[in-house]
Amino acid sequence: MKYEVDERGYYGNFGGAYIPEMLYPNVEELRMQYLEIIREPVFQKEFTDLLRNYVGRPTSLYHAARLSEKYKAKIYLKREDLCHTGAHKINNTIGQILLARRLGKQKIIAETGAGQHGVATATVCALMGMECVVYMGKLDMERQRPNVERMRILGAQVVPALSGNMTLKDATNEAMRHWINHPADTHYIIGSVVGPHPYPHMVTLFQSVISEEIRKQLVSEIGQPNPDYVVACVGGGSNAAGAFYHYLDEEHVALIGVEAAGKGVDSGESAATTALGKPGVLHGSKTLLMQTHDGQVIEPYSISAGLDYPGIGPLHAHLFDTGRVQFVNATDDEAMHAGIELARTEGIIPAIESAHAIAALSKLELTEEDVVVINLSGRGDKDLETYIRWGKY
Amino acid sequence: MKNRITDLLSNARKPVLSVFYTAGFPGLEDTESIAVALEEAGADMIEIGIPFSDPVADGPTIQASNKQALDNGMTVVLLLKQVAAIRKKIELPIILMGYLNPVMQYGFEKFFQDAARAGVDGLILPDLPLDEFEQYRGLTDSLNLGVSFLISPTTSEERIKKIDSLSTGFIYAVSASSTTGAKGEFTDEQLTYFKRLKSYKLKNPFLIGFGISNYTTYAQACAYGAGVIVGSSFIQQLSKSDDRDADIRTFVNALTNP
Repeated sequence: MKYEVDERGYYGNFGGAYIPEMLYPNVEELRMQYLEIIREPVFQKEFTDLLRNYVGRPTSLYHAARLSEKYKAKIYLKREDLCHTGAHKINNTIGQILLARRLGKQKIIAETGAGQHGVATATVCALMGMECVVYMGKLDMERQRPNVERMRILGAQVVPALSGNMTLKDATNEAMRHWINHPADTHYIIGSVVGPHPYPHMVTLFQSVISEEIRKQLVSEIGQPNPDYVVACVGGGSNAAGAFYHYLDEEHVALIGVEAAGKGVDSGESAATTALGKPGVLHGSKTLLMQTHDGQVIEPYSISAGLDYPGIGPLHAHLFDTGRVQFVNATDDEAMHAGIELARTEGIIPAIESAHAIAALSKLELTEEDVVVINLSGRGDKDLETYIRWGKY
Repeated sequence: MKNRITDLLSNARKPVLSVFYTAGFPGLEDTESIAVALEEAGADMIEIGIPFSDPVADGPTIQASNKQALDNGMTVVLLLKQVAAIRKKIELPIILMGYLNPVMQYGFEKFFQDAARAGVDGLILPDLPLDEFEQYRGLTDSLNLGVSFLISPTTSEERIKKIDSLSTGFIYAVSASSTTGAKGEFTDEQLTYFKRLKSYKLKNPFLIGFGISNYTTYAQACAYGAGVIVGSSFIQQLSKSDDRDADIRTFVNALTNP
């Protein structure tokens, strides 16, 4: 595959494993074993069974008739919002916890922003009877209180990250510090396609079930596996990586990544990494990063806590660099309006992350023959508070 | 060509004390006066930290000093100016230690050249991968810059030997699988690890860092390594000091004497 990770862990100029020596043995253990374990038939069977019977896969590919009529194209929604726990995040946590068990680890740590990955991790830890610690920025804990309590109900310990701006980036720092201090018995379940190699590749593989299913489902819908467009929002980029993966080499399928512009790309309050970032190193990989001239990481902003990250996964940095994926962005307001629009036309309240993908529809030049698949990565239940505060409905 | 680190370690008759502190902390212009006070107090080497917004290998003390230094306005450009001024005042070896991204943005080659020109003797870049460094090895050698890599208790023997072959000056032996921070004393497990390191008879001497905070840990580490690196407990001292020069003398004295 043309866009696959190379044996050194790079996607073109991006990726690698930029980690202090204290993390090296853990990351190396994972690197040496992840492919072999994932390819074992026993692992595959267990993974597939859980995805089907526990997560509820395959998720449907739904023809959104009224939305299609409005945008004059054939629009399909890949319903990751119907996954158990409410988002695609659980595809990855199921895969990683099975892997962790195979590696003989007893404890799990994770970082979370909006809380979706934290909930998905707490869920699989409860399922497997493993101890779970989730780091979450103190500010995010206040913004996403219901998810904090969901994690606690599931038996996880939620630890506030008190450094920096107390959001996702800081929670990730704290989780890495925890892993440095507990290298032997603990596996770190990273929630996105970020971090040192092999994480970006491993998370992409676990999420690639999304595009695997889309291809099969499109055959029965339109008689062939390829749409004209696949659209997905990008924070770190895990749902986009999953939705794009099996289309990367199908160069005539246009892939659209939608970043959060926050209050506007040039407002100083944005998370549009491809528009604002330069190559840099954060959380173990070289990627596009929002940073000052002096190499200090800039705090991102988005109304959506799940897109509020200063970088993107190295795969996406490479896809941006090569032009394989076209990146657009949507502001807070555009995303919120798109969320309400989906609620009113299709009866689906999307997560605000996913609403950014819906908002891209008005930015594409579509024709009536175009088949568009939008990855609806999560449901909006967790965001009711934000919808209510925004108020324009 | 002479390198102050190599000179110090090959001629040392007693254990070497290397002291780490964050550039631009507590005040933006304190970098120089702290270096001068450390030389007067009897430290053997200084390690100046380049502050970074996301110091993942550091515990709360050094994290807080990084944040304060950045809030004060510290930058790599300013640090190199400060180091050039420090070099005129002290003879101790000067090491710069920092996370990769600020160095990458400055430009690796330019950074190595400008650091050498400012009078820096060595570098520690904990998240610089070994294979990435190999391309710069010729340049750092030609600039007479030492580069030290970290090892931890979980680093394999084979990898320790590779790190030894790529390091010049010394190896930074991290005492425990942990982030930086002061601790009371070393466990038997840690002492066994120090002993194991000593038995490898590496080309480079090793200095032990992380968890050195008092005479007990200093003496335990010096029984095996060529000396120690102390950071967090020194920064704690700086944070609460009213009479800095006197407190730095007291700190060095208390650490190295029973």
